[in-house]
Amino acid sequence: MFFDYPLLSLVVWLPILGGVAVLFNGDNSYTRPLSLIVALVTLYLSTWLYMGFDISTSDMQFVEYLPWISAYGIHYHLGIDGFSMPLIILTAFSTVIVVIAGWEVIQDRPSQYMAAFLIMTGLMIAVFAALDAILFYVFFEAMLIPLFLVIGIWGGPNRVYATIKFFLYTFFGSVFLLIALLYLHHVSDSFSILDFHTVKLTLQEQIWLFFAFLIAFAVKVPMWPLHTWLPDAHVEAPTGGSVILAAITLKIGGYGLIRFALPITPDAAMTLDWLVIGLSLTAIVYVGFVALVQSDLKKLIAYSSIAHMGFVTLGLFVIFGIFANSSTGSGAMLAVEGAMVQMISHGFISAAMFLCVGVLYDRMHTREISAYGGVINTMPVFAGFSVFFAMANAGLPGTSGFVGEFMVILAAFQANFWYAFLAATTLILGAGYSLWMVKRVIFGEVSNNNVAELQDLSQREFMMLAVLAIIVLGIGLWPAPLIDVMHASVEHLLTQVLQSKL
Amino acid sequence: MMSEVVNMSFAIPELFLLTMACIILLVVAFFKQSGAKLAYILSQITMVTAALLVYFAIAGDEGLAFSDSYIKDGLSNILKIAIFLINTAVLMYSTSYLKARDLFKGEYYVLAVFATLGMSVMVSAHHFLTLYLGLELMSLCLYAMVAMHRDSKTATEAAMKYFILGALASGMLLYGMSIIYGATGSLALSTIASAIQVGDLNNTVLSFGLVFIVIGVAFKLGAVPFHMWLPDVYEGAPTAMTLFIATTPKLAAFAMMIRLLVEGLGELQPYWQDMLIMLAVLSITLGNVVAIAQTNLKRMLAYSTISHVGFILLGVISGTGSGYAGSLFYALTYTLMTLAAFGIIILMSRRGFEAEEIDDYKGLSKKQPWYALMTLIVMFSMAGIPPLVGFYAKLAVIKSIVDVGLLSVAVWVVLMSVIGAFYYLRVIKVMYFDSVTEEHEVDAPPDMQLMVSTNTIAILALGIFPGSLMALCISVFL
Repeated sequence: MFFDYPLLSLVVWLPILGGVAVLFNGDNSYTRPLSLIVALVTLYLSTWLYMGFDISTSDMQFVEYLPWISAYGIHYHLGIDGFSMPLIILTAFSTVIVVIAGWEVIQDRPSQYMAAFLIMTGLMIAVFAALDAILFYVFFEAMLIPLFLVIGIWGGPNRVYATIKFFLYTFFGSVFLLIALLYLHHVSDSFSILDFHTVKLTLQEQIWLFFAFLIAFAVKVPMWPLHTWLPDAHVEAPTGGSVILAAITLKIGGYGLIRFALPITPDAAMTLDWLVIGLSLTAIVYVGFVALVQSDLKKLIAYSSIAHMGFVTLGLFVIFGIFANSSTGSGAMLAVEGAMVQMISHGFISAAMFLCVGVLYDRMHTREISAYGGVINTMPVFAGFSVFFAMANAGLPGTSGFVGEFMVILAAFQANFWYAFLAATTLILGAGYSLWMVKRVIFGEVSNNNVAELQDLSQREFMMLAVLAIIVLGIGLWPAPLIDVMHASVEHLLTQVLQSKL
Repeated sequence: MMSEVVNMSFAIPELFLLTMACIILLVVAFFKQSGAKLAYILSQITMVTAALLVYFAIAGDEGLAFSDSYIKDGLSNILKIAIFLINTAVLMYSTSYLKARDLFKGEYYVLAVFATLGMSVMVSAHHFLTLYLGLELMSLCLYAMVAMHRDSKTATEAAMKYFILGALASGMLLYGMSIIYGATGSLALSTIASAIQVGDLNNTVLSFGLVFIVIGVAFKLGAVPFHMWLPDVYEGAPTAMTLFIATTPKLAAFAMMIRLLVEGLGELQPYWQDMLIMLAVLSITLGNVVAIAQTNLKRMLAYSTISHVGFILLGVISGTGSGYAGSLFYALTYTLMTLAAFGIIILMSRRGFEAEEIDDYKGLSKKQPWYALMTLIVMFSMAGIPPLVGFYAKLAVIKSIVDVGLLSVAVWVVLMSVIGAFYYLRVIKVMYFDSVTEEHEVDAPPDMQLMVSTNTIAILALGIFPGSLMALCISVFL
């Protein structure tokens, strides 16, 4: 059977080796087709993970376990559960989109561009699949190298500042993670993340470890006030870089909290849940207002990303308040599943939004909102897609953006009315900044000659946006398959979180 | 009688080196025309053969010889092989440099082989006298090497600084040794160790002697606050000589530290632990912070060396076998990375263009994508970013100090390595993000180009499969 192959390793190493092949092939007419083939095969293989996935268990599946650095007991240990599997497919999917998005736009060193993204894909999939702490850390850090180069080489005018800020910010966050992992190894005498889940820790230890995890992953999410690298990085990054940043790297932050912070330090998470909830609500409300006043399209979407990721962290940490108020776990299930759905849905919607900006940028070479106006007159098809994705970003029922936010808000009610109240302001703020942007860019009279000369979507662009629109609509109308996959894992996480480690 | 035969066999690599050094000296003296070329070939043969001699004797007897003044053990085997093999690359790189600048003379190779002999003796020394002999043999050759470029003002200045401060350090070391001798009544490290273990010794005298020994070791390694010579010598010396000073002598100095502090004065660990913590933390802090301000690549690498030395000290601080193994791993990978870094500088330089300034690398990735990638790998590895070998080195030493509970030190040094990442990133920024201003021609011989590529790919390969080298380092200290 197909499932007997080391499928996870294939999904990890195929894009990496494919990327190296693209790099050595150099810049010629094969560069782009070869990259697309690698990306498509990776996506195809990753769908096998879904086909072969057993939704009835929370155990790790497709496990691979080989010695790697035996002197330190570090293993090449891969496996996936309901949290990581959807994120892996999202990663593989985003790569295909990125390759297509860069098809004609990237003329400078295209082979290096494609190779960087393919290698990054493999590394990010490995981050989601790694079950050994050092293996996780290696991929978690290695991923920075291609993204650093992508922003720095193909980015906008202020790219050097943005990419160095991005690198140092995330590197700063992750060094604490390294110390935390080494400390956990010292306590548990193992580098397996699953062993970390069961090791006993005092509250004091847990709080220190929790802060280490929080800094590492809050930078990635990013949570207010550690978010300042994101708008800079997004604005300067090429479209593909923005798509990957928004769709995947931010999710690694949320995933890290699920995989490390909650199950390893549950008591500290319970003690400090007010902190994370406070920061999440700040992100949702305050950053929502900040998004409202942006004059740069990409910055606006970047800030809206931060606000949307606030729902993820809110959903993950509101569970303690829910347990305090009710004995059943159904509310907490809703919160965590809502957070997961929000991550996946944001991956698609933000990718689509950045692609829309990319479409405009390729034609007009500006991201200033004031440079546009009346785009609908010259690009009707594009306008249709933009309005749809902006609606999804605002959380219109029927799109995937609605499902996650609604679940988290509903759950937050069970914890505290004011949490839910503040979180629900996003429905107004999100609609505010998304629709106001659409109004200024898409609708109205044709504002200037540049807009008057715009060409509507090419076939390639139409394809990308159409696929994304179908997925956003699909998850919005029928999210059950996605939720079913993670159900058992969420249940398992909640039992771990409830079990005190003291 | 039987035991004497075994004893001699321990020193076969050194005897071979000595013989070959004398032969090369004669060759240089008698063949005026082709002397340098012959000397180069002979010294390469010497290095490879010496490495093979050590390798084939690994399975043989181990232990002390020559009245406990000499030792053959796992540490000496691994370090000697590393020193000999890395020196083949060093000689290859520097020959390319020297040929391009009319400095291609036989004396360089004579000095190189003698210096290698000195390092080899240091690595195997288990007696104050042997250790000092090896150290001085190595150091004197290095002073002369730096001064070889007589017409260069900066090189002469660097040589003077190196000589005076080096002599001062040797003096400190000797003073410390004499105090320890006064307290224990022996010069052999094994006797000293057992004398301290038995006790009844004056701890004040011992710790007084220890201070001077630590100062001497710190001088030779280049740890803060005894680092002053390092940036000036690295910058002033011709790149070929800097390459030599920056690589294998650090391995020898590491061996000296292990022999003296761990094997000789291991009982005084509580005393030297605090001293080394100060040295390590200061080195890592100062090295990383000051490197940011540098515009000269060689000087930047000098400060980066200072911070790497701090990391090497970290593993020793832990006082555990796995800590020493981590330090050994760090020292080996540091040498490999420094070799590649200076190799690339030599590769990019040519007559009249030293490629010393960071700005000389502007836009390298457009003209020389392959060597830009090689430099990228070296820089990320030095910054400690996985999956390159520099990360595992940092992992190993930081793990060892976390295991002994020095968490605040661990947090501090990782914060400093974030600062350190900045100046490595700047080199990458210049290569990849800036526009081209130089021509970036590479006219180095093909063997040199191949060696630099192999060297760098080894850094990547060891980063993906670090297991066997780590296991080897751990087996030394089991």
